[in-house]
Amino acid sequence: MQIPYTVETRPDTGLHNSKLGIWLFLASEVMLFGALFSSYILLRINSPDWPAGHEVLNVPIAAFNTVVLISSSITVLLAWGAVKFNEFKKFRLYLGLTILLAFVFMIAKAYEYNAKFSHGLYPSTDNFLGIYFTLTGLHGLHVVGGLVVMIYFWGPGSGMFHSEPKHFADRIEVAGIYWHFVDLVWIFLFPVLYLL
Amino acid sequence: MNDVHAPTHDHDPDHDHELGFWRKYVFSVDHKVIGIQYGITALVFLFTGFCLAMLMRWQLAYPGEPLPIIGGLFSEATMPNGVMLPEFYNSLGAMHGTIMVFLGIVPLAVGAFGNYVLPLQIGAPDMAFPKLNMASYWCFLAGGIVMLCSFLAPGGAANSGWTAYPPLADIATTGQTVWLIAMVFLITSSLLGSINFIVTTIQLRAEGLTFFRMPFFVWAQLVTAFLLLLAFPPLEAAAVLQLMDRLADTSFFLPSGLVVDGQPLEVAGGGSPLLWQHLFWFLAHPEVYVLILPAMGIVAEVIANNTRKPLFGYRGMVYATLFLGFMSFMVWAHHMFLTGMGTSISAFFQATTMIISIPSVIILSNLFISLWGGSIRFSIPMLFALGFLPMFGIGGLTGLPLGLTATDIPLHDTYYVIGHFHYVVAPGTIMALFAGIYFWYPKITGRHMNKTLGHIHFWGTLVCMNGIFFPMLIQGLNGVSRRLYDGGASYEFAEPVLYLNKIMSHSSWTLGLFQFFFIVNFFMSLRTGERAEENPWQATTLDWQTPTPPPHGNFTQTPVVHHGPYEYSHPDLKQGDYLPQNLELEA
Amino acid sequence: MEHGSVEDVKQHLRKCIMVFVGLLVLTVVTVAVSYVDIGTSGNIVLALIIASAKASLVGAYFMHLISEKKLIYSLLVLAALFFIFLIGLPLFHDADPIEVS
Repeated sequence: MQIPYTVETRPDTGLHNSKLGIWLFLASEVMLFGALFSSYILLRINSPDWPAGHEVLNVPIAAFNTVVLISSSITVLLAWGAVKFNEFKKFRLYLGLTILLAFVFMIAKAYEYNAKFSHGLYPSTDNFLGIYFTLTGLHGLHVVGGLVVMIYFWGPGSGMFHSEPKHFADRIEVAGIYWHFVDLVWIFLFPVLYLL
Repeated sequence: MNDVHAPTHDHDPDHDHELGFWRKYVFSVDHKVIGIQYGITALVFLFTGFCLAMLMRWQLAYPGEPLPIIGGLFSEATMPNGVMLPEFYNSLGAMHGTIMVFLGIVPLAVGAFGNYVLPLQIGAPDMAFPKLNMASYWCFLAGGIVMLCSFLAPGGAANSGWTAYPPLADIATTGQTVWLIAMVFLITSSLLGSINFIVTTIQLRAEGLTFFRMPFFVWAQLVTAFLLLLAFPPLEAAAVLQLMDRLADTSFFLPSGLVVDGQPLEVAGGGSPLLWQHLFWFLAHPEVYVLILPAMGIVAEVIANNTRKPLFGYRGMVYATLFLGFMSFMVWAHHMFLTGMGTSISAFFQATTMIISIPSVIILSNLFISLWGGSIRFSIPMLFALGFLPMFGIGGLTGLPLGLTATDIPLHDTYYVIGHFHYVVAPGTIMALFAGIYFWYPKITGRHMNKTLGHIHFWGTLVCMNGIFFPMLIQGLNGVSRRLYDGGASYEFAEPVLYLNKIMSHSSWTLGLFQFFFIVNFFMSLRTGERAEENPWQATTLDWQTPTPPPHGNFTQTPVVHHGPYEYSHPDLKQGDYLPQNLELEA
Repeated sequence: MEHGSVEDVKQHLRKCIMVFVGLLVLTVVTVAVSYVDIGTSGNIVLALIIASAKASLVGAYFMHLISEKKLIYSLLVLAALFFIFLIGLPLFHDADPIEVS
């Protein structure tokens, strides 16, 4: 039994199932991060002494990480293009680069966390650090989630490249949309936590 | 129609017939099996949650007296010599609420009925993402098991209420942490489920099934799925923040200068307990409609079928449902009138609350008016649906005084509130869910449930539920607080209404006894029930135009829809009084 | 983007690379302006404007929203509305509390 519109698009909506699914998922993610941003605002305006982010946190590392994530967004797009052009080697290369960049991001993050801990700065120190660790931690979990998916498509899942190229291109596109969202969240996290 | 039952049409022979027992019945990706799994699990949880309530009712009716017979089965930490400890009472209250809402009613209404019926009603072979569907069920089950395990945590299960208000919840025993972890599982499960429902409804509708030809049940499920999708993430965020508070010693919800047991709490402080309430109710008000909308959907199907006429004002009901879903995101703070909210903000929320009552009234009135002039079949599902209407009416009407600050402030912490929302979800939603079970049982199993036992179950349930919840309204109006461990025995002003405690408790235990008629009926009818044909209720919607029980892939021929969902007693019909959605009217 | 020909995809990717360069520039701008003191609220507004611009670029080109179907747009409008309620939540928290004196 085949589920309709898994690969081809439904005429009246112009979409295939996973495209709609990923956007619904992202809508709920918007609400998740929205609630946390909202909490951030509330805690901040009620706090008499909210620290300036750049005095506590490491701006250069975060700026570096921003560049890393933006770059990984472009490589995942190029990987999708490679599937479209039927160039398997390029696909492996670009997706591999994306995975590598995601690892670089997580390593920089780990370094940053470590530096905080070694200076005696913990989530419990104050609510600024609390929300910093919560927001970046949750974002980090999303990066890990994306990593798992991309490693699957790079390795065990890549057989589909040859057997069902169209379906595979859709999968890479959907995974890419998720990955861009993770990038997008970071685009807001960076100024909100580090610069303001 | 559908004379050929052998599944021949567009089936992949490699897939269908080689599934072993485990893949077919346990780790199944078939929406019908998953629906049944959800249903059975949710019914077990419903009964578990009900048992917790019955235990509490003992303490409320006979405070401080040892519970006979089964009292001795409990541990020293919960009920020494059969006498309930206050902490255990608190745990029971918190767990009753949590289990009933998150593990009982929502999984039954959405997980079970949504999963089983929705794809059939829209003419789809399965859900859009079958594997995700399975993941959703197993996530739910994991969450449920973790939730029950919290009874084993040191200090017992969560005991800060089902609303888990901080700072109390922040400093509560380990059970609260387990509660939060279980909630994260449950939220993830509903998230996966709701994405699946929305995609399925939008993408997999049969040819010709336009949005305004969908049965009302499908509309109700669609709006419910949107509520779950967009309202649950804020609670997930709140749960993460509370987990951080409990595990990483942050103080998101802990204000400065908090003193516990005479000792100042050693935290950074500066947090806001009200933040939790805002985030919690941002979910939990839409959640109320998650509890009620699928129930209304079931009742609408049952009423249209058993009155043998189209629903009154179908389009109006659909628009009302959409409006209801939208407005439900703007009323959350009416749960918080007592938190020091000034008059202008509370005026805003009073206004939105009054506005949101309008669509509910539209839906309920339309269901009532649908009865007018029908030749009603008083089948068991119809009895439950008819029971739902006035019960939900009482629930809704008793809610109005709670939406206005002038009356909410004296009533808020009393049993009146308990009576009100139980009327909505217990005699309301649960009656509708029973209606749904009796209604679709023949489709699912191929056999009818026993009528006599059904009658006993219905009348017993109706009378006992009112015996439990109506006295709560009276007690509440007399000012009895809803948070008392002894049911008000130590308060002189409660004396005149104290006798009601015994009536409520005995009603609840009797209600428990009447449920055995349902349980026996449920299992007995599997073997001995009267055989059901393909379309035993002569219904019009697509879920009845399949073989009974529906095979893997659901339909023997891909259905094409020609008209709206409720073509009963159409004057141009040559024979019979109904026209299935997939048949054309013969001119 | 689903049925785009090879040429369409190539053209889209070229645009995306330009967007990528734009994003790098905007990142530098964000960091730079954060060191210019134009009052706390001024800095916040400026930083959020730049972040929104970057987010729009990512959404429009990387996530193909610029050529997406109507259904996705309506879905996102709905999410945006509820997101606004959610962000309004601190407002409800802080506006008009009953002060205990």
